[in-house]
Amino acid sequence: MTQQNSSQRLMSGAEIFVRSLVEEGVEVIFGYPGGVVIGIYDVLLDVTDIKHVLTRHEQGAVHAAEGYARASGRPGVTLVTSGPGGTNTVTGIANAYLDSIPLVVFTGQVPLKLIGNDAFQEADIVGITRPITKHNYLVRDVKELASIIKEAFYVATTGRPGPVLVDLPKDVLSSKAMFEYPKSIKMRTYDLPYDGHQKQLEKAAVLIAKAKRPVLYVGGGTILSNASEELTKFARKTKIPVTTTLNGLGAFPESDELSLGMLGMHGTWYSNSAVNYADLLIAVGSRFDDRVTGKLESFSPDSKKIHIDIDPTNISKNVKVDVPIVGDVKRVLQQLMPLVKAIDTKDWMQTINNWKEEHPLRYKNGKLIRSQYVIQKISELTKGNAVMVSDVGQHQMWMAQFFSYQQPRTHLTSGGLGTMGFSLPASIGAALARNDMPIISVSGDGGIQMNIQELATIVQNNIPIKIIIINNGYLGMVRQWQELFWHKRYSQVELSAPDFVKLADAYGLPGFRASYTDEVEDVLKKVLAEKGPAIAEFKVVREGNVYPMIPGGQSYNEILDVPENEKQEGEEKELPEELQFVTFSKG
Amino acid sequence: MDANQATAEQSQKKHTISLLVENKFGALNRIAGLFSAKGYNLESITVGPTEDETVSRMTIVTQGDDDIIEQIIKQLNKLINTLKVIDLTYESFMERELALIKVSTNEKTRSEIMQIVEIFQGKIIDISHKTVTVEATGSGQKVDAIVKMLKPFHIKEISRTGRVALKREFVGEV
Ligand SMILES: Cc1ncc(C[n+]2csc(CCOP(=O)(O)OP(=O)(O)O)c2C)c(N)n1
Ligand SMILES: [Mg+2]
Repeated sequence: MTQQNSSQRLMSGAEIFVRSLVEEGVEVIFGYPGGVVIGIYDVLLDVTDIKHVLTRHEQGAVHAAEGYARASGRPGVTLVTSGPGGTNTVTGIANAYLDSIPLVVFTGQVPLKLIGNDAFQEADIVGITRPITKHNYLVRDVKELASIIKEAFYVATTGRPGPVLVDLPKDVLSSKAMFEYPKSIKMRTYDLPYDGHQKQLEKAAVLIAKAKRPVLYVGGGTILSNASEELTKFARKTKIPVTTTLNGLGAFPESDELSLGMLGMHGTWYSNSAVNYADLLIAVGSRFDDRVTGKLESFSPDSKKIHIDIDPTNISKNVKVDVPIVGDVKRVLQQLMPLVKAIDTKDWMQTINNWKEEHPLRYKNGKLIRSQYVIQKISELTKGNAVMVSDVGQHQMWMAQFFSYQQPRTHLTSGGLGTMGFSLPASIGAALARNDMPIISVSGDGGIQMNIQELATIVQNNIPIKIIIINNGYLGMVRQWQELFWHKRYSQVELSAPDFVKLADAYGLPGFRASYTDEVEDVLKKVLAEKGPAIAEFKVVREGNVYPMIPGGQSYNEILDVPENEKQEGEEKELPEELQFVTFSKG
Repeated sequence: MDANQATAEQSQKKHTISLLVENKFGALNRIAGLFSAKGYNLESITVGPTEDETVSRMTIVTQGDDDIIEQIIKQLNKLINTLKVIDLTYESFMERELALIKVSTNEKTRSEIMQIVEIFQGKIIDISHKTVTVEATGSGQKVDAIVKMLKPFHIKEISRTGRVALKREFVGEV
């Protein structure tokens, strides 16, 4: 901070707020000003330690903070005004809540004595966000402001992380108090289990030693706990194959022969087969979500189950497990490591490798662009060294399938809530968190139009994001469901979009387009070579489907692979195509 | 009662949960919100101060099979302001509820009502030409019983406090 460093003087709530963030080591705030927080923005003007990024919508600010948190492992911070400022954050907060991402969201509030009066720009944001925050606070006295901020960061980042909201009434921000930032924190109610229970660890070790067909089923909790290294060592030592959830992608290098890629509804054939025939399933920071399990009764029916999770409410919530271990994934894996030995999984790996050969990830390629091909090319050109920020829809699933993830925090996606419009703003935060690899935002033609306003934020701050738009002219994922399960009655899934190259020009960034397969690589190289932000639009076949697929609520036996006679999309257009299967392997 | 019904009833057992929470803004809302958000049954909830002015005690009566009750206890524990959660159902505990019951009466029925009140060790705390108001205290079951006994006389209004409970120190009946 440029101001004098006297910690013991009377300060306004606004100053205390900013000083507290500096003490927390906050580098960047994503925000949007308004009446009741003007005081804070005034103080920020003289502060050099904290950067403020003005988004174009408060939802964008929260997603950006989330992108920052996911890419860096540090909490993301958002500041908005009262009323509509607060309500615009709701989707972003819910998104972070379902994926357990640490955020601290500050909202302005009308003065204390006006609360409840339907005052101008008043909304009960604490009430509105109670079910979608890990915890929230209304600050009612400037004297408690610093300690509440300290506590908010602590709660957001410890245990199972999550978003915390702090509501700041205008008069609290203008009243004065002595500032002293608490050094440590003592909460009498919030104790955290970090170490796994010794007895449970021993039981787990016994099951592991006896297993013949074990599988590690790894979720986003492993990345949140920074346990990728421990997990990788553990898998390699025991020789247990690894499948990850959507949010777990990157926790284990997909080039490793033990990798099975993603499991679940659109997971690989072989990961779902492995889980189905497993005799031991070790869930690591994953929560048996319905997109993973399908029909619960037939999920991994023959396996004993070990479940490592920091949140006891996740244990036996959906699936009964034999050995629950409550604790931090990183610590528990460290504790388990000396208790386990290599097990003989040779036959098991042979079976799995046969599945990999018989049912690889694949698609038919031709002259017209397949989305899968675009993703596969990005994977090749970057060698997996990129932060991939996905949106929601078919392209999201193809990104999970056809990119080979090597490191944690390189696949950012809205897994739990499935929020369209996530990618573009989230990539802003990711780009501010790291500049050692390209940040690649991929959206569909639907999702990009949900937060397209953030292009202005990107251009104003010259944030070097590579913006990929997979344009199929449809809300593709919904169209796929209508095709497969609703007799192809397409209802409200066809949508128009602006000319994205012209749009890029209007916003002031370079724009490229590819309409045929042989243009894809060239366009990708051009975007990747740009120093600043750039847009590349890919006009892809309109009715491609994501396979394999286990339809919602069904079991492994209902798995659909790419049909041999997949429809010839090219026939509808002027161009007859010759189609060829292309395969892609994980592990 | 057939066997199926018996197990269904057994698995939907009533539980009395006592919890201590920090007396902070929104704490009660958070707990009530949890029950509605997760669709848990909430039969009664009471809250009041304790010997420590920064702490409130809540008594919750709920119903569910063992898995649901386990989740309820874990979810209550997970709330940031929660200090302690005890499922009293597996302990020896005392519980009381207070009810005010306004019953229609006339010359003929008044003495009969008074007899019932006496048997239940209740009190008449208000009387008019057409009504008597009874104060009854006891376990939830006992309050249920007096309500049932008074029903035939036509109950005009009832106000019940919901259950409060504490764990017993002394093992056995006092
Ligand atoms: C905010 C929001 N609204 C609606 C949905 C439902 N939904 C899921 S996928 C999808 C289609 C997405 O279309 P697009 O962005 O073009 O991607 P595609 O599936 O075509 O790749 C929709 C509407 C959602 N996930 N999020
Ligand atoms: Mg689309």
